[in-house]
Amino acid sequence: MMRVKSTLENYVFVLPAVIIFSIFYIFPFVDVFRLSFYDWDGILPNPTYIQLLNFKEILFQDRSWWQSIYNAGYITVIALVFQNCLAFLLAWACDREIKLKNFYRVIFFIPPILSEIVVGMAWRFIINDIDGANLINRSLTAIGLPNLVNNWLSDPKTALTTVAIVHCWKGFGWGFLIFLAGLQTIPRELYEAARVDGANAWDCFRKITIPLMMPVIVLVAILTVLGTMQAFALIIGLVGGEFAGHTSVPVLRILASMRGSSRFGYACAQGITFGFILVIISFIQYRFSKKSRA
Amino acid sequence: MKLFLRSLIFGTVSLCLLAQTGCAPKEEKKAGSAITVWHWMTDREPAFQKLAEKYEAKTGIKVDFELYAPSDAYSQKVRAAAQGSTLPDIFGVLGEKRDFASYIKAGHILNLNTYMEEGFSAWKNRFFAKALAVNEFPDGNIYSVCPGIYGVPIDVMTIQMLYNKDLFKELGLNPNRPMQNFSEFLEIGKKLKEKKMQGLVSGWGEVWMIDCFANNYAFNIMGKDKVLATIKGEVPYTDPDWIKVFSLFKEMREAGVLASGLVTMVNKTAEQLFANGKAVFAFNGSWCVNVYKGMNPSLNYAAMLPPKASDKFPVSIWGGAGSSFMVNARSKNKEEAIKFLQWLTDKEQQVFLSDATNNLPANKDCLGKIPAILAQFADDMEATTHPNIWGVSEFPAVIEAMDKGVQSIIIGEKTPEQLAAEVQKVKERELAKRR
Repeated sequence: MMRVKSTLENYVFVLPAVIIFSIFYIFPFVDVFRLSFYDWDGILPNPTYIQLLNFKEILFQDRSWWQSIYNAGYITVIALVFQNCLAFLLAWACDREIKLKNFYRVIFFIPPILSEIVVGMAWRFIINDIDGANLINRSLTAIGLPNLVNNWLSDPKTALTTVAIVHCWKGFGWGFLIFLAGLQTIPRELYEAARVDGANAWDCFRKITIPLMMPVIVLVAILTVLGTMQAFALIIGLVGGEFAGHTSVPVLRILASMRGSSRFGYACAQGITFGFILVIISFIQYRFSKKSRA
Repeated sequence: MKLFLRSLIFGTVSLCLLAQTGCAPKEEKKAGSAITVWHWMTDREPAFQKLAEKYEAKTGIKVDFELYAPSDAYSQKVRAAAQGSTLPDIFGVLGEKRDFASYIKAGHILNLNTYMEEGFSAWKNRFFAKALAVNEFPDGNIYSVCPGIYGVPIDVMTIQMLYNKDLFKELGLNPNRPMQNFSEFLEIGKKLKEKKMQGLVSGWGEVWMIDCFANNYAFNIMGKDKVLATIKGEVPYTDPDWIKVFSLFKEMREAGVLASGLVTMVNKTAEQLFANGKAVFAFNGSWCVNVYKGMNPSLNYAAMLPPKASDKFPVSIWGGAGSSFMVNARSKNKEEAIKFLQWLTDKEQQVFLSDATNNLPANKDCLGKIPAILAQFADDMEATTHPNIWGVSEFPAVIEAMDKGVQSIIIGEKTPEQLAAEVQKVKERELAKRR
């Protein structure tokens, strides 16, 4: 009897949290899943059930959707390589005994705490020529590279890469912080012992730092993929939207389906498809890292 | 046991409170005590507040204007409120006519026909016919909505071409004689290159203005009937006339009359550039008068119809009701709401709104009292058209394909013929889906 009472008490304590979680997370998720089988404009009370037609359209007819997935993938690959390498190197540098290391830690963490839209607009101002300061092109001219001067955000060949680089600038601080925390957990004695055994800095980095940091690297990689694939506000701030499809990403496509076309059912199906893709990517990453650790 | 009971009571009370705060219907308010208006017009908020005070002093009825901006967020709020039946007494519907129709069919918007036609249509006759047309569903409309007028226009707008008179002089052009046709417009490109000036700026990064510009010239080149026939699926987008329309964008790019970075430009940026004298031309709506006044009161500019590309048909511009208010059909205060809207669209209040916000009044009797630049926008009201009065709607996917394709033409990525073929392909796909 006492045990039943105690169990019931526990349930009552967690009940409010469970209810709130159900209302704000589980129910919306289930409803999005349900709506993905309907044709609905977000206004009429009775959506039309259309079975799997939304998914069929996404998978076989909607080229702009797959273009947006490709674009998000491109930004993600750049972020995984460029952003995370930069974050790791800076964290590694700040973990050592260098001057002003606390100052650098603060500076590197400023970009991530800024609003994406603000960063987008600020970089637009820095990059653009007629409505901005045109700093990149001016710098290129000043250092004797006028042939590289370009309309970076309005040129289809450079727009997406420019977006990716700004995204990396905005996001590397998170990785930096997590890497730094990870590096600080590695016992210093391991390095001292290795040095006594004749290992140089590169050996220490390769044989101690990297293996011990692997779980952190995997975590940062998963967070980078999830964060980058869902980026969109920065793109709106930088190029105003999808720019003839060159800077379109899945979240912008979902918004376009909802707001532009009033196709809420289709937008829900896009959301489900996108979520499924992210789960698969994360699962592959997890399996890959598990294998490499083994 | 005591603890268990306390926990149970705490949990139940918390849940009740949550339910009360989250789900309590808004319509519990005593009828007639106050009218709630939801709007998105940041620039008109102070003027609305003053009018609300004036109305309360006159009638004793409080009017709460609640601002939800920007317009995208406002639209989502209205949709969400419609789902929960918590719409206010008066609100606006932004977006396309099919969305407007859905709100009506869902029973959220009151048919104002009876009120409009009372007293020999006194209320109806105040307005520009084109402003009312945007809010009207005629007999046999494709949306199957019961015929009637469902919205009250507060102001009207036209979207036109603007040019900076001072920069015109610098280019050696006569500021009192803007270009008469498209060829003259393209010729200016040479002068722009010589003087290293920027040409046309507009919010073409947000794409809907591209649709607007392309439609102006579609009406000019092939006439309204052929445009509507294309939307109905009777004329393909690969028709030579449509290719001519798409070619205009290519010609503008080649002539150098388009500002650098136009395809990623948002309208706010375009407005800043034009207001600061960094661009010679702008393609913008009449709301810009207030915006430019705020940014640069000494800006010397004029409005004109886009230069015609053909003599076959007149140039049509988008225009009609700028902002409209709808009455919640389920509101307990609908009679008071209608009285308030009748008062708001009286000449006196309309002149006040126009003075305070530099928008064109919806009440046609006020035109004599507006600034000269606004009058230029108002003069071309007869040339206006709008997708919401065509009676047919193009598929959103087709509009999107066209807008993005035009962006591709501007950056030299696609030819007009390629774009026409792509748009037609999307059109056929959408028609097949509908069948």
